[in-house]
Amino acid sequence: MPIHLEIVTAERVVLSDDVDMINAPTKDGRVGILPRHAPLLTILEVGELDIIKDGVTMPFAISGGFMEVLPTRVTILADTAERADEIDEARAEEARRAAEQRIAERKSAQDLALAEAELRRALIQLKVAQLKKVRRDK
Amino acid sequence: MPSTREIRRRIRSVKNLAQITRAMEMVSASKMRRAQRNVLATRPYADRLLDVMGELTGRAVGMRRGTLLEVRPNVKGVALIVVTPDRGLAGSLVTNVLRRAARFTLEEQEKGRMVEIVAIGKKGRDFMVRTHQRLVAEKIKLGDYPRLTDILGIATHVVNGFLTGRYDEVHVLYSQFVNTLVQRPTTRRLLPIEPPHEPADRMVDYTYEPSQEEVLHELLPRFVEVQLYQAVLEAIASEHSARMVAMRNATDNAKDLQRDLTLSYNKTRQANITKEVSEIASGAAALAEM
Repeated sequence: MPIHLEIVTAERVVLSDDVDMINAPTKDGRVGILPRHAPLLTILEVGELDIIKDGVTMPFAISGGFMEVLPTRVTILADTAERADEIDEARAEEARRAAEQRIAERKSAQDLALAEAELRRALIQLKVAQLKKVRRDK
Repeated sequence: MPSTREIRRRIRSVKNLAQITRAMEMVSASKMRRAQRNVLATRPYADRLLDVMGELTGRAVGMRRGTLLEVRPNVKGVALIVVTPDRGLAGSLVTNVLRRAARFTLEEQEKGRMVEIVAIGKKGRDFMVRTHQRLVAEKIKLGDYPRLTDILGIATHVVNGFLTGRYDEVHVLYSQFVNTLVQRPTTRRLLPIEPPHEPADRMVDYTYEPSQEEVLHELLPRFVEVQLYQAVLEAIASEHSARMVAMRNATDNAKDLQRDLTLSYNKTRQANITKEVSEIASGAAALAEM
């Protein structure tokens, strides 16, 4: 029995598919969701979201949001969500450099927090983009 | 009576004008369709968010104080977000929105409330500056296809303003896209958030992680963001459809003018020929009499 998963952002529906397992980065740590999970509503963090279907893992980079889990249906309301092959590595690299620069400047506490959040996002994007490459090389 | 050459020149310039307005009409038509698709694309997210919010607010009426749901009995500060296009040539669209903004401000002030304006779009920004309104924030040059992140600054400003007590209510004014021919200026209350009425049979016993309060705390600002984003996208769809209709009228008018000019061109040409023929004829008659 598969789980019907929907990943939606404010701009588009990123994914709508039947999957076997979901591994998501929540505020309290990573959680794995299998079919017939108890109803759960949780906050997601910036991180790597893995979707497993037919033994294949599909990684996504997400930057926070919510996950609603019902026994046969999971909805992820993401702030942003990108599949590995959608990530523009050059832009992520650029964002990483810009964020590091801002952290080094230390203008204000608020700016520092924002820059750190951006850095986390860029690093996750780069990591997920790398994952895709490794798999293709095999 | 103008000469035939002059009329010919005017016909040519009117023709060029019609070509330009026709091109603008077609550009606006395609932008309008894409903008409409963008509006529809936000629906799944907004609807799901509303569902989740319904579950939360339905069971936790007691935790509204201090959140974005808190309805304050004594409203003193109001923020109005005015969404307008950056560019003109869109018929009466901008005027209609700004007239509504002026009326809103006046009505609120009569109730003894202080109104602060947040402008999205250059037309509205310029108007507020010109009329010396309390303009506290602005966002211009969003382009035709803005991302959600483009309006986060504005959303954060009003959310923080509400939480710190600077604003007791926040409204957004934009032109609602009814259909291609009708765009209606609409005011919608963003804050405090109107909790949805959730039918009781949909209630599910969720486990909340980390806690109910924290989930709600994270959820509510997102709802404000997506509502504002929807308003902006709808305003863009309205802008393009208004411009499309305005340009279609301009093209039609140019065509009419071209027809009138062609008619008077032909009349003048005919009159000239008649005049020349009669001059030749009378000249020949004068010769024959000699």
